[in-house]
Amino acid sequence: MLKMMAASKGLVTHGVSSCQGCGIELIIRNVLDVLGEDTVLVIPPGCAALFSGTGPEAAVKLAGIQGNLENSAAIASGIAAGFRHQGNEHTTVCAFCGDGATVDIGLQSLSGAMERNENILYICYDNEAYMNTGIQGSSSTPLGASTTTTPAGKPVGSKDLIQIVMAHGVPYAATASVADLGDLRRKVKKAKGIKGCRVLHIHCPCPTGWGYHSSKTIELAREGVDSGAWVLMEYENGRVKLGRRPSKLGHAEDYMKLQKRFRTAVGELTAQTNERIISRYEYLEKLERLGGE
Amino acid sequence: MNDNEYRVVWGKSGLYTLETSAWRTFRPQIDYSKCVGCGTCLLYCPLCCIGKADGRIVIDLSYCKGCGICREECPKQAIDWIKEAR
Ligand SMILES: Cc1ncc(C[n+]2csc(CCOP(=O)(O)OP(=O)(O)O)c2C)c(N)n1
Ligand code: SF4
Ligand code: SF4
Ligand code: SF4
Repeated sequence: MLKMMAASKGLVTHGVSSCQGCGIELIIRNVLDVLGEDTVLVIPPGCAALFSGTGPEAAVKLAGIQGNLENSAAIASGIAAGFRHQGNEHTTVCAFCGDGATVDIGLQSLSGAMERNENILYICYDNEAYMNTGIQGSSSTPLGASTTTTPAGKPVGSKDLIQIVMAHGVPYAATASVADLGDLRRKVKKAKGIKGCRVLHIHCPCPTGWGYHSSKTIELAREGVDSGAWVLMEYENGRVKLGRRPSKLGHAEDYMKLQKRFRTAVGELTAQTNERIISRYEYLEKLERLGGE
Repeated sequence: MNDNEYRVVWGKSGLYTLETSAWRTFRPQIDYSKCVGCGTCLLYCPLCCIGKADGRIVIDLSYCKGCGICREECPKQAIDWIKEAR
């Protein structure tokens, strides 16, 4: 036990070098507040590693490990196996990973963990690009978004992580957003109480990578949910349940025009984005109805 | 484990924190004649540096990065935005 150097509430210290208005900072403080201190955290390289680190720079007051981009779910599986052999059934093993670490580089290890239904909580905070290394496009980067590897706007849309997860038949998966912290906290709490492989996909606005003023983080998250660009949903026991309905489904232009990354995506791409959003939402509604029968 | 003790796996002197208050170009200041104590700012501050003291909402400026989220989200426009003199 060591005395803390500066007062801070909760399991994350103050004075972390994440940007002003960073979505990760709001997410990780809320997630750890709900999970509590009986948690082991696995964080791969990326902006979330500003919180884990190895050494006195670590901002998280928990045991944890910083792994590699490829293997967060594998490391978490190993820790969970250790706990299983010790007869420890209470400690939550949480992997907290970016979109690059999830939908691209770490997808195979996540897929394996989901297949084996490892007793882990896997959280992907999705800032929709490789932010920490200078905003390279990932397969979570949306259609039309400009990054350093897609300067003219990404020509294809993003992978649908939640549906990839659902296809593995995990016991619980959900999406969440900083637009609704009550809902986010409820889902973390629910996931904590379930055994097996649980996956949360959290929309994470990033002022630096998306090109907007740091004060607009919550507004952006809200516009994302309202336009259907980010759909709030839960998947439990094979059933889909949609959350707050988008109030202006298929009007992503209001969301897009707030962000510099979409400045090249005017006209045709906006229409294509709206079509994508509407057809995805209608498909998810069908899945929800199927589950209700 | 109480509020000012925690387990660390690394570091001789405990965890290291940055003086993020130095990043600010503007600082939030609550106008108590307008504030209704709803706690919206407290909820959304990414740093959790807004708290309650003596029944009032107070901002701890020692780490506040000056992002402006509290000001943007306040339903009563009760947060003034003061330029830092540097
Ligand atoms: C296999 C591998 N490739 C590249 C890197 C370099 N790298 C470190 S952090 C990072 C970005 C990770 O992006 P993401 O997971 O989306 O998290 P974010 O930075 O957006 O929070 C990259 C590419 C690495 N560490 N390992
Ligand atoms: S680049 Fe984006 S995700 Fe990374 S610390 Fe800055 S705001 Fe957060
Ligand atoms: S959001 Fe505004 S009105 Fe509500 S507590 Fe904060 S300063 Fe006061
Ligand atoms: S400006 Fe940002 S960091 Fe400072 S108190 Fe407001 S929300 Fe918190």
